[in-house]
Formats: sequence, structure tokens, C-alpha cells
Amino acid sequence: MRNVFLFLRRYATFLFFLLLQVFSIWLIVNYNKYHNAIGSAYMNELTGIVNKRYNKIDNFFQLKEKNDSLQKENERLRNKLVENFESPDTTNKIVADSIPYDTLGHYRKWLYQRAKVVSNSVTTQNNYIVLNRGTAQQLNKDEGVIDPNNGVVGIVTEVSANYAVVMSLLHKDSKISAILKNDPTGGGSIVWDGKEPNYLSFINVRQSAKAKKGDTVITSGITPTFPHGMFVGIIDQIAPDKSTNNYIIKLRSGANFYNLQYAYAIKNFQKDEIDKLLEKVKTKISN
Amino acid sequence: MSTLVKNIMRFILLILVQFYVLDKIHLHQMITPYIYFLFILWMPFKMNRSLQMLLAFLLGFTLDSFRHSPGFHAAACVLIAYVRPFLINILIPQEGADSNYEEPSARSMGGVFPYLIYAGLLSLLHHSWLFFLEAMEVGNFWYFIVKTFLSTIISLLLIFAAELLFSRKQKFRTNTV
Repeated sequence: MRNVFLFLRRYATFLFFLLLQVFSIWLIVNYNKYHNAIGSAYMNELTGIVNKRYNKIDNFFQLKEKNDSLQKENERLRNKLVENFESPDTTNKIVADSIPYDTLGHYRKWLYQRAKVVSNSVTTQNNYIVLNRGTAQQLNKDEGVIDPNNGVVGIVTEVSANYAVVMSLLHKDSKISAILKNDPTGGGSIVWDGKEPNYLSFINVRQSAKAKKGDTVITSGITPTFPHGMFVGIIDQIAPDKSTNNYIIKLRSGANFYNLQYAYAIKNFQKDEIDKLLEKVKTKISN
Repeated sequence: MSTLVKNIMRFILLILVQFYVLDKIHLHQMITPYIYFLFILWMPFKMNRSLQMLLAFLLGFTLDSFRHSPGFHAAACVLIAYVRPFLINILIPQEGADSNYEEPSARSMGGVFPYLIYAGLLSLLHHSWLFFLEAMEVGNFWYFIVKTFLSTIISLLLIFAAELLFSRKQKFRTNTV
């Protein structure tokens, strides 16, 4: 017994070193498996406060770019107003139906929730974006996130009371469904190879689809996260893969991840119903 | 300024500079500039080794919390805090030089060259362990070997720039046993 204590005393520093290393690696493994670390909501709130203060200063220097993007957005919204459209046939009057503008939320499927980016990274292998909107402001997990110019940014993975962490498209586990705008038969998944920010890979696209350099890639709308037609990117490089009959496509991303300032989270009101339905099918099959 | 206050200020400043200045600089995909571990390089000679590692862990964990990647930087920091005393033992010029000065610097280590080796080896160790842990996840091993060396060179440049900008005046103390 005495020898055990002598051993412990002699190697106390080394054992402490091992303990800390093992704890760190446990953090890495645990975090990557479940996408949430111990007390992640607490640390999230804490770092969020510091980020917000920094952001106040940072904001001032980027007013011009921000104004530009807001102006663009205003332009787009203005063009969607009902009074911009007029029918040439005077016998037909346009009557605005109340259903698309239903405020009770019975028929609405998508709701855009604006949020401000308080922290953002592009340099690491797994990049995250922090938004200043959380459960207290009706933002939930698994909502899609876009930038003011409709470019896809990522998916919400962690929410605390006032902040949300978004898994950026620049993350090794990020995978979203997308199609070619010109040829909807060309569908595949968007992933990131971890190298260059602003460049994404579009995989599993069959060579039968018509695709060329400069084509636009949009979200497919078959997952409950993003509506159809969100801008993902523009094809930068394209080559046929001889071994698999698929294309190898490199995209320039639609969103500029270097200077994200504002973002919109997209809430899907029908997601719960779809999820419940799928759950029901699953239990039926297992019985 | 007492050693405690000085080190607390260093801790906070280095984390803020790392996250809000260096992490916003995009030099090249192969280069990630790091300087926050200068806190570990500048820790006093006479400090409990377990305490050194605990502080290093806290430093790494703080940066990890900002970057939402728990564990990576903490592991790398703990490793260099563990290796640091051995390196100092080998590189320090004569018996007792570490009791005449407070912290490692070009002067206390007897020249720029030993200090360069000290800073260089520790940054190389930090970067390789950090990028190795990242490579275990993503794969693509050669990419990370190159990234380690390039980032180490940039980090060393940053460390020496910091040494020149913020000269640490250290008194030569005698009769300290």
C-alpha cells in the first residue's frame, strides 16, 4: 500500500497531465458524437455576451456593406408587392385572397425570422455561426438559415435562451439536399471538403443531368429544413467522374461566409406534422 | 505590477487578440496564425507544474468555448505546459539562472538562439498536436503536415513581433534562494 502512495506521489504531475489530456480528448469525442458539449448552453450564453460587445464595435466599420445588402433586400421585397402587378385584361380584376396572408398561422408554411450574426468563423474544419436569437424569440433547433440575399448559410444545431449556434455549410458534417436550377433532374448533396471557405462540393449528381460551368444550384425543397429555390451556389469547376458515372462539381457558395452580418432563420410550421407522420410509419413497420 | 495581476491581464488580452483579431485574418487556407499560447511560454519559472497545466487547460478551454470546438486547444495547451519544464531544464545556460530571472525570455535564457528553440519547439508541438487531432476527424494527413509547419513559422514571427513590441523589463535578482 505504501508503495502505491509513493508511486502516486512520484508521478503525480504526469498522472495529472494524463488526466487533463484524456479529459480534453473525451470532450472532443463526446462533442462530435452528440453535437453538444457539457454545459454548452451555458458557455454559449457566456461567450455570446462577449461576442455581442465586440460586435457593437465591429458593426460600425461595416455600415456601408450592410447598407448595400439591405438595399438589395428592400428592392427584392418591393418587387414582390401586389401593386406591382397589373393585368392587361380590364374585365378581370385581381382579388387578393386572404389565405396566403393568413395571420392566424393555419395555412402558413414558412416563416422568416430575422437575426443578427454575433460570431462567425471560416478558418477551422468545423465552423459555427452564432445568432442573437434563441428560444425566448421563438427560434428552434433544426431551422434552416439564409443570408439577406437568399444564400444558404447553415442549419441551427444548438439553442439557448437568447442565442443560437448554427452549423455553417463550412462544416464536415454539414449535408443539404440541392438541385440544378436549369435541370431539376440533377439532384445531389452539398458537402464541404474542409479546405477553402466559400467553395463547396456538389456530390452524387448523375451525368445524365445537363450541367455546365456557371449554372446555378438551388435547394431542392424535399427536406423540411429549406424551402425550394434557396440560392446555394454557382458551378465553378465541373468534371465527369469516370469510376462512378457522377459529376465532380465544385461550387462557389451563394452566401459570402467572410462577412456575414444578418441572417434569416426559416421556421417550417408543417415540420412537426411531417415528423409525426414519419414516426407513425416507422412504428408500423417495426410492429 | 504583481505577477498574478500581470498574468491575469495577459490571459484575457491574448484570448481577445486571438479570437477577435487573428481569427478574423484569412491569410491562406494552409495558415492559421496562433499567438494565445504565448501565455504558457511566458509563465514564471517558479510555478507548480500541476498549476501550470491547469492554467494551460483553462486557456485552451476558454478559446475552445469561443470557437465552439471543445477539447482541441485544451489538449494542445496541456501538452506544451507539461513539456515546458523539461525544455527549460535543457536550454537554461548555467545552474540557477532560472532563479535570477522571473520568466523565460531571450535574456534569461542566455541569448536569442536558445529562446528561439524554446519558442519554436513548443509552437511546433502545439500546432502538430492540435492539427493532428483535427486530422483524425477529417483525414487528409499530408495537408495537415504542411499546415503545421507553415502555421508554426507564422506563429514564431508573431511571437517575436510581440517580444519586440512589448519589451518585458526583468530585473536580475541575486540572493534569491
